[in-house]
Amino acid sequence: MFVQSETQIQDGPVPVDHYGQGQNHNVRTKRKPSRVPNTDTSQRIAWIEEIFAIRDKQDQAAFARLFAHFAPRIKGFLIRSGAADDMAEECAQEVLATVWRKAALFDPSRASAATWIFTIARNRQIDMIRRARRPEPEDLPWGPDAEPDQEDVIALSQETEKLGEAIAALPEKQRELIERAYFGDLSHSEIAEQTGLPLGTIKSRIRLALDRLRHSMR
Amino acid sequence: MKDIKHHLTDQLLMGYAAGTLPEAFSLVVATHVSLCDECRARLAEYEAVGGEIMMDAGAAPMAEDALASTMALIANANPAPKQETRSTGIFPTPLRDYVGGDKDAVRWRSVGGGVKQMILSTEGEATVRLLHIPAGSAVPDHGHNGTELTLVLQGAFADHTDHFGVGDVEVANEDLDHTPVAAEGEDCICLAATDAPLKFNSFLPRIAQKFVKI
Ligand SMILES: [Zn+2]
Repeated sequence: MFVQSETQIQDGPVPVDHYGQGQNHNVRTKRKPSRVPNTDTSQRIAWIEEIFAIRDKQDQAAFARLFAHFAPRIKGFLIRSGAADDMAEECAQEVLATVWRKAALFDPSRASAATWIFTIARNRQIDMIRRARRPEPEDLPWGPDAEPDQEDVIALSQETEKLGEAIAALPEKQRELIERAYFGDLSHSEIAEQTGLPLGTIKSRIRLALDRLRHSMR
Repeated sequence: MKDIKHHLTDQLLMGYAAGTLPEAFSLVVATHVSLCDECRARLAEYEAVGGEIMMDAGAAPMAEDALASTMALIANANPAPKQETRSTGIFPTPLRDYVGGDKDAVRWRSVGGGVKQMILSTEGEATVRLLHIPAGSAVPDHGHNGTELTLVLQGAFADHTDHFGVGDVEVANEDLDHTPVAAEGEDCICLAATDAPLKFNSFLPRIAQKFVKI
């Protein structure tokens, strides 16, 4: 499944027009070499297949691979959001257990694996660490019953990859502000302030990546 | 889908995606998103941003037995709860869960002048309540110390800024001093959240006072 993705993988520098930065592109890739090896589309497709293997076959080897990648990142995210190490560990385990249990609800034409796992982690964090209730929107009437269209899934994976690249390519200060907003480290007045920039940034520099992502989600 | 003109701000959607909003605001966001495809799509974008941030936040090593412990969690867990069904009343599912039912399950309390409310139980700084305003009536003039979100669920209201119908959400801040008036016709029911508890505490007695004077 998803074999045609092999031909669509983009290695090396991304085309400049993805975020409209023009000639700055080379400067960017040299400036932050550690951030550049972004998660490519083939890896993103592999995660989807692993979740499907968990759903269809209770595949523990696939789960172990998913676990090895996501659990430490979830834990790292929770620690940066202020959780103590043992709480972050426990919460990350709970998140992966939820991934297993809810694998049948995953719809890769609506959310990438990273996006979906992030939403599970966020809800667990609110529940276990902040001990608050999380109201969730009503589900759409069309559930994830039908197998999603492969082309949609690949397009969404590619656009999510480009979004990741666009975020990684932001100037340090701007990226830090967006990160702080997601770590719960930014007050709402800071977010709202013009000098705070994360939203202005999203509107201009990430907007194109988001627009393309949204298009691929439809 | 309803004809919604007034949507959530980027700040609110990003904060909800990040999980950093107070519960009262999250309830308004979740209720509006239940009614609004556009904000649902925008929320998905901000969740995708969150996914990428999480992937790139730096890994923290897991405990040695973490995978085995997680497999044990899976083995001991109850099956995933059944997905909730779609609401058929005027309250979308997230709001129904807080009220304990639809419109007819609301335990209204009069605050004077025909205006009724029910405060919903939430944690944190912000508060949220349902308001029932008779058609054609005004909610007394009030300012805001913080942010106030007002989502229309039935009927409509207008203030000097615009007209708000079912599904519309008004995002008001310190700058807005307004007198919302419920439209003629159907009584207006809205969900209102505010993050200014001090102002909110003094708000009710003031309403009562004003109505007593009238
Ligand atoms: Zn909307």
